[in-house]
Amino acid sequence: MAILKINNLSKSFGGLKAINNVSFHLQEGAIKAVIGPNGAGKTTLFNLISGFLKPDNGSIIFKDTGIDGLDAHRIATLGIARTFQHIRLFPGMNVLENVMMGRHRFARTGFLSSMLNMPWKRREEREIKEKALYALEFVGIAELAYKDALELSYGQQRLVELARALALEPEILLLDEPAAGLNMRETAEMGILIERIRDKGVTVLIVEHDMTLIMKISDEIVVLSYGEKIAEDNPLSIQKNEEVIRVYLGEEDA
Amino acid sequence: MSAELFFQYIAAGITYGIIYAIVAIGFNIIYNTTGIINFAQGEFLMLGSMIAISLHDFMPLFPSIVLAVIITMFIGALIELLFIRWLEGPSILRMIIITIGISILIRELALAIWGESVRALPYFTGDEVTSVSIGVVKVSPQVLWVVGICILMVIILQIFFQFTLLGRKMRACATNPMAARLCGINTKNMVTLSFMLSALIGAVAGCVVSPITYSQYNMGTGLAIKGFTVAILGGLGNSLAALGGGIVLGLLESFSVWVMPSAYKDAISIAILLIILFVRPTGLFGSKETMALKEF
Amino acid sequence: MKHFYKIALLVIVLIGLQVTVTMTDRVYYLTQLTMAAYYTMAVLGLTLLMGYAGQISLGHAGFFAIGGYTSAVLTTFNLRPYSDSILFRLLDTLHLLQRREDLYGELIINVNPVIAMVLAIVISAVIAYVIGIPVLKLKGHYLAMATLGFGIIVYRIVLGTPVFGEADGISDVPPFFFFGNFGISGDMDLRIQNYYIAWAFVVLILFILMNLLDSRVGRALRAIHGAEDASKSVGVDTAEYKLKTFVLSAVIASMAGVCLTHFNGGIGPSEASVMKSIRYVSIVAAGGMASLWGTMFMSTFLNFMSLRGYFGSYDDAVFGGILILIMLFAPEGILSLSFRRWFSKLFSPAEDG
Repeated sequence: MAILKINNLSKSFGGLKAINNVSFHLQEGAIKAVIGPNGAGKTTLFNLISGFLKPDNGSIIFKDTGIDGLDAHRIATLGIARTFQHIRLFPGMNVLENVMMGRHRFARTGFLSSMLNMPWKRREEREIKEKALYALEFVGIAELAYKDALELSYGQQRLVELARALALEPEILLLDEPAAGLNMRETAEMGILIERIRDKGVTVLIVEHDMTLIMKISDEIVVLSYGEKIAEDNPLSIQKNEEVIRVYLGEEDA
Repeated sequence: MSAELFFQYIAAGITYGIIYAIVAIGFNIIYNTTGIINFAQGEFLMLGSMIAISLHDFMPLFPSIVLAVIITMFIGALIELLFIRWLEGPSILRMIIITIGISILIRELALAIWGESVRALPYFTGDEVTSVSIGVVKVSPQVLWVVGICILMVIILQIFFQFTLLGRKMRACATNPMAARLCGINTKNMVTLSFMLSALIGAVAGCVVSPITYSQYNMGTGLAIKGFTVAILGGLGNSLAALGGGIVLGLLESFSVWVMPSAYKDAISIAILLIILFVRPTGLFGSKETMALKEF
Repeated sequence: MKHFYKIALLVIVLIGLQVTVTMTDRVYYLTQLTMAAYYTMAVLGLTLLMGYAGQISLGHAGFFAIGGYTSAVLTTFNLRPYSDSILFRLLDTLHLLQRREDLYGELIINVNPVIAMVLAIVISAVIAYVIGIPVLKLKGHYLAMATLGFGIIVYRIVLGTPVFGEADGISDVPPFFFFGNFGISGDMDLRIQNYYIAWAFVVLILFILMNLLDSRVGRALRAIHGAEDASKSVGVDTAEYKLKTFVLSAVIASMAGVCLTHFNGGIGPSEASVMKSIRYVSIVAAGGMASLWGTMFMSTFLNFMSLRGYFGSYDDAVFGGILILIMLFAPEGILSLSFRRWFSKLFSPAEDG
């Protein structure tokens, strides 16, 4: 069953068509990858789905509801979490607090009950902490919970960002180059982790340059070039697709 | 309203409007090279005119103005050297607060030197009652001085930025500081220069307008916020548009007296600022695309 | 009760201060300490907005003045000519009016300060809300200029409108007694009582704000300040949080304005001036931007010095100088310089808890 349907999506900046009439479906419980040369519009696509940009045309349907044009925080609240290509953690907070932010959408305590320190505020706070610790355990860095997030290594920061996204208990997880800047061992571990996330029932949409990782974990691949979809198939067929090979070889020639 | 009064309002509106435009251009020059809005911009006008008034006790009018402009330029350079030059990658919030602090210090210094008294330079030609007829309108010759000198300054600035090597270097720093540095341009000196240049035009404007508006130690803040309104009206960074924006604001302000008590005159122009900020922060003439390139 | 010890310590210091001042025959210091307390209240609200939510406001004195002037106008406006109206009778039966004699022995009837305070809070909240929606969409210089503009408009309005007394302001504002003779008043004999009332307000605001910061809401505010995109990506409605913080800090400032007006028995346009707003900002900066306690110490100290006249005619220059020096050399605040770490250890032995 398709959990996310992208229909005829377009977005241009000035005269440049960053995304041009792109359509594809995301099957529930699958890992789908979006690949393409630099400037193909992958990050723009992510920003459109997660609401950081508004599409010029087309629609994005999440479980029968149109979400195109909604604000980013609304989309996150619906259960679509994302990570960023350039890691964005909250400065001045430790790892646990960073991940606790991921629980924001489940908590109800507002300004007034926070100011008055109501009992349910404290109960909710305990619950947030528990769930955040669980997310940290899941990605395997529970022991770093009280470290300053910005002092961690690059690979660890990626995991913190991932744990924060997982703390949202998302139905769809958008991963923007999760292996960028990781070494080979870390990349392999990231691959296993992404598969474990899928096995929990989370649908994953991933943008990644590391082809080994993509071919290994993804169920289906969409190829973008200059903002247009040029292929959509399973990994084996994509590897044989002449158009795709041309686009990638063409890039290497340049 | 009689036709004569109507044209008086227009003349007053244009005079003030052009002064606001000069403040706005001062904002733009510094903003273009540094990305900073210099909240102390209005202080340059105050300093220029107050220094010229003091010097005029010892020497004729024009030498005292020239000397005052030079002194204000050096104060502008000093501000940059002391407070801006050595900061590395300061946040916008930090820069806002620093330039506000500078403007307060200058104002308090002026208060200590000149007190609260209201002063003025004499009229450049004639006196308060002299007037020149332009068609049906009679205006003070000083209005012509203001309009003439300020428009001349705008033209010279355009020529400077378009056709001279130094002006082009400054523009290069504005568009791409990294590339400018690679080409061997000392970007930091260009920033100092931009402070001197905006101090210069501020001081000149302060002097020519002083006979009409008078000068006082605290005239800067009001001018700064109106200059900013004009800079926003024209789109931040766009100097020719600032001239248009200045005249629009000057006229609006001038005619607001017609419908509202003059005590609210300042509130009017600020309300205009707020409305523009809310509705169209790129300015009346600015485009969204160029705004996206600016760091905010 | 994580904050209990800090607050207990503060209360002990406050009592110690009062006792010392009384024993050394300097009770008159309490007047300035009381006024400093009310300014501190306003500045604490601004700390929440600037330091934690990261939104600069150069017009906060505007909200202080809105509170003060609302209360001053309502409690000095003589309702006696309207004593036949229904509203008057309604208020009278609800005991919401108060009667007193003016300087010439004429009876004047005013609204009770309680109503004035409630209305002041409502008005400033509404204004902050309406202004906040467009203003908080702005960033950087635009936000600074827009809030500055708001402050100047308030200043110009109080300066140019007869109801607000123009340049003279409003005087002869009655005291604000909660019951009997207990309440905010400028009466010399009630100085000690007023000192404690004012500081009780500060402690209350401190307590409330510490609770707020130590919660999901406070965390979200810090997140918005640190990385706005990332906070949207976890579902924080950044616009709503900024707006609520803006309204909250405006209401706190306005309450402070109401209290100080009743304590001083009047209010003048200088309370709405740009320089006042900038003074608040400089205190927040000196306190360390994102530090309620730092702000409280600096505010008490600087306001006390200023009110006692130690800065002489250089009052504004001192605050301008503070702004520059802090921003040039210690953008994290004075307390961050060298003994910040030592200091925070002293106050919070186990932050992990």
